[in-house]
Amino acid sequence: MAELSKKDRMKIPRQDMPVQEPDARVRNFTEVALGFSKEMAQLEAQRCLQCKDASCMEGCPVEVPIPDFVGAVRDGDMAKAVQIMKSKNNLPAICGRVCPQEVQCESRCILGKKGEAVAIGRIERFVGDYELANKTYAVKKGAPTGKKVAVVGTGPAGLTCAVDMGIYGHDVTMFESLHTPGGVLVYGIPEFRLPKAVIGAEIENAANALGIKINSSHIVGRTLFIDELLSEYDAVFLGTGAGLPMFSPIPGINLNGVMSANEFLTRVNLMKGYLFPEFDTPVWVGKKVAVIGAGNVAMDSARCAARLQSLGMGNGGPGSEVHIVYRRSSEEVPARREEVHHAQEEGVIFDFLTNPIEILGDGKGGISAMRCIKMELGEPDQSGRRRPVPIEGSEFDMEVDQVVFALGTNPNPIVFVNAEGLERKRQGTVVANQETGRTTLKGVWAGGDVVTGAATVISAMGAGKRAAADMNEYLKGKTAW
Amino acid sequence: MHENGERIPLTIADYDRKAGTLTMIFQEVGKSTLEMATMKVGDEFKTIVGPLGHPTEVENFGTIICVGGGVGIAPVYPIARELKEAGNHVISIIGARTKDLLLWEDKMRAVSDELIVTTDDGSYGRKDLVTVPLKEILETRKVAKIWAIGPAIMMKFVSATTEPFKVPTIVSLNTIMIDGTGMCGGCRVLMEDGAKFVCVDGPEFDAHKVDWNNLLSRMTFYRDQEQAATARWKESHKCNLDRAVAEGVK
Repeated sequence: MAELSKKDRMKIPRQDMPVQEPDARVRNFTEVALGFSKEMAQLEAQRCLQCKDASCMEGCPVEVPIPDFVGAVRDGDMAKAVQIMKSKNNLPAICGRVCPQEVQCESRCILGKKGEAVAIGRIERFVGDYELANKTYAVKKGAPTGKKVAVVGTGPAGLTCAVDMGIYGHDVTMFESLHTPGGVLVYGIPEFRLPKAVIGAEIENAANALGIKINSSHIVGRTLFIDELLSEYDAVFLGTGAGLPMFSPIPGINLNGVMSANEFLTRVNLMKGYLFPEFDTPVWVGKKVAVIGAGNVAMDSARCAARLQSLGMGNGGPGSEVHIVYRRSSEEVPARREEVHHAQEEGVIFDFLTNPIEILGDGKGGISAMRCIKMELGEPDQSGRRRPVPIEGSEFDMEVDQVVFALGTNPNPIVFVNAEGLERKRQGTVVANQETGRTTLKGVWAGGDVVTGAATVISAMGAGKRAAADMNEYLKGKTAW
Repeated sequence: MHENGERIPLTIADYDRKAGTLTMIFQEVGKSTLEMATMKVGDEFKTIVGPLGHPTEVENFGTIICVGGGVGIAPVYPIARELKEAGNHVISIIGARTKDLLLWEDKMRAVSDELIVTTDDGSYGRKDLVTVPLKEILETRKVAKIWAIGPAIMMKFVSATTEPFKVPTIVSLNTIMIDGTGMCGGCRVLMEDGAKFVCVDGPEFDAHKVDWNNLLSRMTFYRDQEQAATARWKESHKCNLDRAVAEGVK
């Protein structure tokens, strides 16, 4: 592509990514965002000013050399772009799809100060997809060190740690509780946002290249234990995530039709319930669904529900509704902007400043309504966000037949059976050094949601990466415990 | 069982560490169990994970009763065996709808000091529900603890039977589960002190603290889909005789 002047480059508008139209996509589970073409990726890459002290990189938890890979895309040297990307991030096809770029790299982009930031995430996805299709880059296993490493959990934290440890030359074995690797990428994030084939390919390519063994259906804390792992491996990384769902402590949560987002999404995503009866796991959707919470998991639940309704499952069909019920205002919504936008396009209704206080039964075991109270925003709380306060006397009943709780998750306590010396905080999260991932138990590192509580894929990957670096130093005898 | 399969909880009825085998007994009630029944020696499951949940606490309590109903007899068997070995006086009450559905009578007899057999229709043993002999024993003898495993409705009535006698009663619940690892909460059961997850907190619970009506209601949540899947399976696996007859008519 011909060299453009800075002025001309500034004139290029931020490129939109082609998407499936809302009317069509709400009737299927195939991917919504279709990805850049090569031309679009190159055009978007032209917009990058190639800053010397690129502040976008500061927004990336795994420190991808953003201007370099964007520059390579601009020049049409995709193999080089892949190489630069993979020097820091082994899962670009996944990150390009699920990272909240607007609060990370793109939020720091100079262009964003006066106009729109470079669409770094979309270019990243293009690079990731290019590599999956063309396989230009082979990660190489380092010279064998003779050290054995156990990585527990095959989600983003575990995968990143395992891949880096493989590159360092260690002998890596992964343990996964479910029958398929990928963790939250597989059971939580829906097919229409992150296709299973993309995850499967990323994991398979890395595992094959690095000789990583993946043992599925191994539940640490039940079928094997942390102390056992310590006796068999030189180092253990815990990336077991935050799998324990939270329910509001309100009456009626055990009625039929009340479920955790984990249950709803696991049925839909991991078990492919949307293809029932071709697949054996049933899933049910209400006529009027209330999803409690406004994070990415809430958006995923709401959008899955809208699709199941359009497909006529459960009580779905014409006239169905999905509501996001959130106790704060639109300003505080924690979900990725694109997901909120897509949900709105798909007809999801947002009820802000609304909090459920009771779920009412229909006398037959199911739900007739959800009693809510209106909220207003008061003084800022510990999180810095204005605290929602109930408005007295504002109770009202919302007619619903399904309630999905997407209020966040805590680490699953079963992991920690037979792990004496491994300290945890009150919410069950593991105490670990933020820089190194070291826990209070010698030989055990931890990172991702098991340390932070429910957070993002990329922050988990960052933690996996930092832990791997420290584990490597330790195993090579460069640092003591 | 395969790529399209579902994850279902089954109780281990017996095991042999030397042979490396597990024994599980299941009744053909839905699509997955019907399909499992077609498996032949050498066939493989896509995946199996376990054992999950907490093991039974076994010690010498004195006189105890083990109640097993239908396929619930199988999982109560190893409990009775361990309790017997621990020195308890084991009274077992096993029941089934009809004689053909009664299993492991001999095995149960071998690990019990006393054994009572009932069938609902009187085709074998006493014509009674298991709760009738249970109540008779409780009225006349001192019992330290009771275990009951069977259909939810049977466990509910066992619980109601033993509660007035204030005898601690343990039930093993088998609610709807997906992952079995404490991740989804689909299996949750309402106890006096809040919701518990059967998969990781159980499967054994204090019967007198269980909200039985809620449990029974939750077990029916996917019944429409379960029945549809079962009917679909049966339709596509009509037996060869049926098919031959149908074709012969043409």
